[in-house]
Amino acid sequence: MADNYKPYALGASRSGVEGGFKPGQDDPFYTGLSDQLADKGYFTAAADDLISWARTGSLMWMTFGLACCAVEMMHAGNPRYDLERFGMAPRGSPRQSDVMIVAGTLTNKMAPALRKVYDQMPNPRYVISMGSCANGGGYYHYSYSVVRGCDRIVPVDIYVPGCPPTAEALVYGFLQLQKKIRREGSIER
Amino acid sequence: MIDAEAIESLKDLGAHISARQPDAVRAADVVLGELTILAERDHVLGLLRFLRDDQQCNFETLIDVCGVDYPERTERFEVVYHLLSMRMNHRVRVRVQTSEETPVPSIVGLWPAANWFEREAFDMYGIQFSDHPDLRRILTDYGFEGYPLRKDFPLTGHYEVRYDDLEKRVVYEPVELAQEYRNFDFLSPWEGMTSQIPGDEKAEEVPE
Repeated sequence: MADNYKPYALGASRSGVEGGFKPGQDDPFYTGLSDQLADKGYFTAAADDLISWARTGSLMWMTFGLACCAVEMMHAGNPRYDLERFGMAPRGSPRQSDVMIVAGTLTNKMAPALRKVYDQMPNPRYVISMGSCANGGGYYHYSYSVVRGCDRIVPVDIYVPGCPPTAEALVYGFLQLQKKIRREGSIER
Repeated sequence: MIDAEAIESLKDLGAHISARQPDAVRAADVVLGELTILAERDHVLGLLRFLRDDQQCNFETLIDVCGVDYPERTERFEVVYHLLSMRMNHRVRVRVQTSEETPVPSIVGLWPAANWFEREAFDMYGIQFSDHPDLRRILTDYGFEGYPLRKDFPLTGHYEVRYDDLEKRVVYEPVELAQEYRNFDFLSPWEGMTSQIPGDEKAEEVPE
């Protein structure tokens, strides 16, 4: 046992993390069990992997369309870019959604409403800030009525740059969010 | 392109309006192919009713009511009405001057659509409208102070918002900018494009 010891990354017992423990390669017992079950039409996976697979595969997003970015968000959801192939779909209710896309200019008047919607979302919840206005005020940075970045109101996971970002950019942001969720891996946050 | 015939008919229309409403019309000009009437504030209600109901004018559609701020004038604000006649296919612009305290007669009785337009003018400039059924702010934040489209209102305003983790709510704080607003000189060719690019004048030269 001592000679196949590997210095794993700190706290990285999960396989999604680079340098982490990969049972498929590192554990001979697991590999043998997996091979036996594979002959019978089953396959095995770590519970962490299964959970993060399930979680990344159904990111229902809370639409928070505030301006022109919302149009690109709709494009990303429609058949051409088709976020539904990743299991993602728009959800009208914050209580049933996993991720909120802040798409557009967040004004002072809208800020308490945005926070209220975010507070209604169940954990684990993620926020994608879409476009220059949501990222840092953008064109309206010096305006009297615009919040200089929606991260002043809610914690943001992914920033998608652009004015507005293309639908492809938003899809890429979603893929980055999936990557982030895989890295977190466990049920606890 | 501005049609000479259309300008003539607009001038005729302006003359017709001035002749029928001599008390209300201070001036009627055709500028850039559009008829503009400078009206007396106290008679503007009668004038607009005439413009709507008169057979030759027939301006039954109210396009917009807006405000303008000219801080150097004693009566610093202007209220501008844009009207359209679908039947006659012509438009008119009516301007009325007013000050911060003097109210302008509300035209909600003539066009109900004016309700929110006048609320917006009140919200942005603080222009008062007499006999308006519901004159309160329409666009700015709840509890907003000041009139943001006045020339003397600071661009960035006075307050900004932030979510406070301890108080668990969105709080208002005085504005604190990381960097001051900078006004770039876009006339310099190094910062932006001018209409005349160096070397363009050669295009006009006739080759020998």
